[in-house]
Amino acid sequence: MNGLLIRSLDRGATAFLAIVVAAAMIVPALNLLLPETSPLHVPTYIVSLFGKYVCYALLALSIDLIWGYCGILSLGHGAFFALGGYAMGMYLMRQIGTRGVYAHPVLPDFMVFLNWKELPFFWYGFDHFAYAALMIVLVPGVLAFVFGWFAFRSRVTGVYLSIITQAMTFALMLGFFRNNFGFGGNNGLTDFKDILGFNVQADTTRAALFAASCLFLALGFLVCRALVSSKFGKVLVAIRDAEARTRFLGYRAESYKLFVFTLSACMAGVAGALYVPQVGIINPSEFAPANSIEAVIWVAVGGRGTLTGAVLGAILVNYAKTTFTTGALAPYWLFVLGGLFIAVTLFLPRGIVGTLSHWWRERRARGETAGEIGGEPAPRPAE
Amino acid sequence: MDIRTTTAQLYLDNVTVSFDGFRALNALSLTVESGEMRAIIGPNGAGKTTMMDVITGKTRPDEGDVVFEGQYDLTARDETEIATLGIGRKFQKPTVFDMHSVEDNLLLALKADRRAFAGLQWRESEAQMRRIDELLGIVRLRGARERLAGSLSHGQKQWLEIGMLLAQEPKLLLVDEPVAGMTDAETHQTAELLKEINRYKTVIVVEHDMTFVRELGVKVTCLHEGAVIAEGTIDQVSENERVIEVYLGR
Repeated sequence: MNGLLIRSLDRGATAFLAIVVAAAMIVPALNLLLPETSPLHVPTYIVSLFGKYVCYALLALSIDLIWGYCGILSLGHGAFFALGGYAMGMYLMRQIGTRGVYAHPVLPDFMVFLNWKELPFFWYGFDHFAYAALMIVLVPGVLAFVFGWFAFRSRVTGVYLSIITQAMTFALMLGFFRNNFGFGGNNGLTDFKDILGFNVQADTTRAALFAASCLFLALGFLVCRALVSSKFGKVLVAIRDAEARTRFLGYRAESYKLFVFTLSACMAGVAGALYVPQVGIINPSEFAPANSIEAVIWVAVGGRGTLTGAVLGAILVNYAKTTFTTGALAPYWLFVLGGLFIAVTLFLPRGIVGTLSHWWRERRARGETAGEIGGEPAPRPAE
Repeated sequence: MDIRTTTAQLYLDNVTVSFDGFRALNALSLTVESGEMRAIIGPNGAGKTTMMDVITGKTRPDEGDVVFEGQYDLTARDETEIATLGIGRKFQKPTVFDMHSVEDNLLLALKADRRAFAGLQWRESEAQMRRIDELLGIVRLRGARERLAGSLSHGQKQWLEIGMLLAQEPKLLLVDEPVAGMTDAETHQTAELLKEINRYKTVIVVEHDMTFVRELGVKVTCLHEGAVIAEGTIDQVSENERVIEVYLGR
């Protein structure tokens, strides 16, 4: 276990972890400890905004694990994110208690409004945080396992897999839009009051949620690093680049894929759960296929197969989105996003981090062997 | 299906494969004894690669038996299971893992527990490193250990793939066109390498290059339209009228 930890923490990974953990401590401190007049004071809305970005970064990380390292392009990962979010939302709804508009001690407002008499069975247990926490991981994990079991065993790959993941999230969206599905229909779940007994609106709670998001991002990163730097990770890359060859070597490709796909879905679920209390609402639009596609763009921009790139991409693109959509250029955001994707595909296929590290490796290799070795696979005349 | 006992390491009987009515293999029967090296020749479309696909579980035959070591029915197993039984395959087009180093390519091929959890717990062992070093020596890639496999020359990739095949420690090696695109010197070296490998293992080589096959000096089977038309030494086969007809056209 110790060896695994050392192997997974190279210099870049350690630096990244240090930054994330430092952010988890410094940002809340600057928000809570400094007076509002101080130039270094971080306003609460910024804390929540960046907390949201960090959740997106964790989602991007989960996508990079399967896409960048195993070649599984999921265009429905937003579904796992949303399911984790709904599980958290259900817990938060049960915490409202009698403070709802209808002041019903058990039923959330939307159920009273729909004239339901009792709590549906699948809402049982969500008043306990531990149970909700379990469901946050379990529901996306089980869905991914069942989905992956069928898809990978039948050897559905490439664009076909992407299309069915997209269909999956679309189907869930339609389901969650329905009132009788039992999750608040198109309004979703909102008007949250408390989380673990603390007011969700309070500055301290928001700062704590930000810190928790950062710590889960760090944990997710550590898990991903440990995976990809083990022999397991080498097999993943082998499957990505030549799946048939890997099978002929005796590896059961579908087991490897199923494992990372399920793990990735659990990570996405945690990201969604951290996201919901910070934005204060979860509704079926989180299942929209466009959301999942956007998440894939973050990874492409940052650089797939780099992990740090996925995080960077998620934060940069979302920061750009916030900047654009709050200004006069708001109507053009989707054009910018589309343009960005095309530009990255054409001019920066490795993404930001991928390009930088490639350039760095090239330079070092050139230094060592005077241009003899290229990182790029290129045909060479036989010797 | 009852399994017949046979002394042959590989036993194909009456194997038929059709794709949309086209018979890629037409009642093909072939036996390869343990420790033998066999060369398979035949014009394009003779069914050589399909035969390899059937043996390694990529294609399931419509009819016929494929038995390994007299007891394992290969038609009921998939690629992974067949690889685990000890049948290794080198592809026509060299397929190595381009984005992995030469060393990692061999590491992935080394005989070891293939399950996912074993991969998580894996740690570098001295025995493995020594074995990799030895293999690098055999396929003459010692100097390229850290290089990405994708940056190797075509001939080197072919050799790396043979090295990976050896790393698997299979009992039977299927080698599809190992010298395609190689220079004369490389072809010669490859023939030597295969002869060396054959001292310990059963080898089936599919090849177009007649000089190469002649150099191997082993029993030759000629396929045409999915069936065997001649078998014997290279001289016997190349004097066979059917073979001449098939190769030179009517």
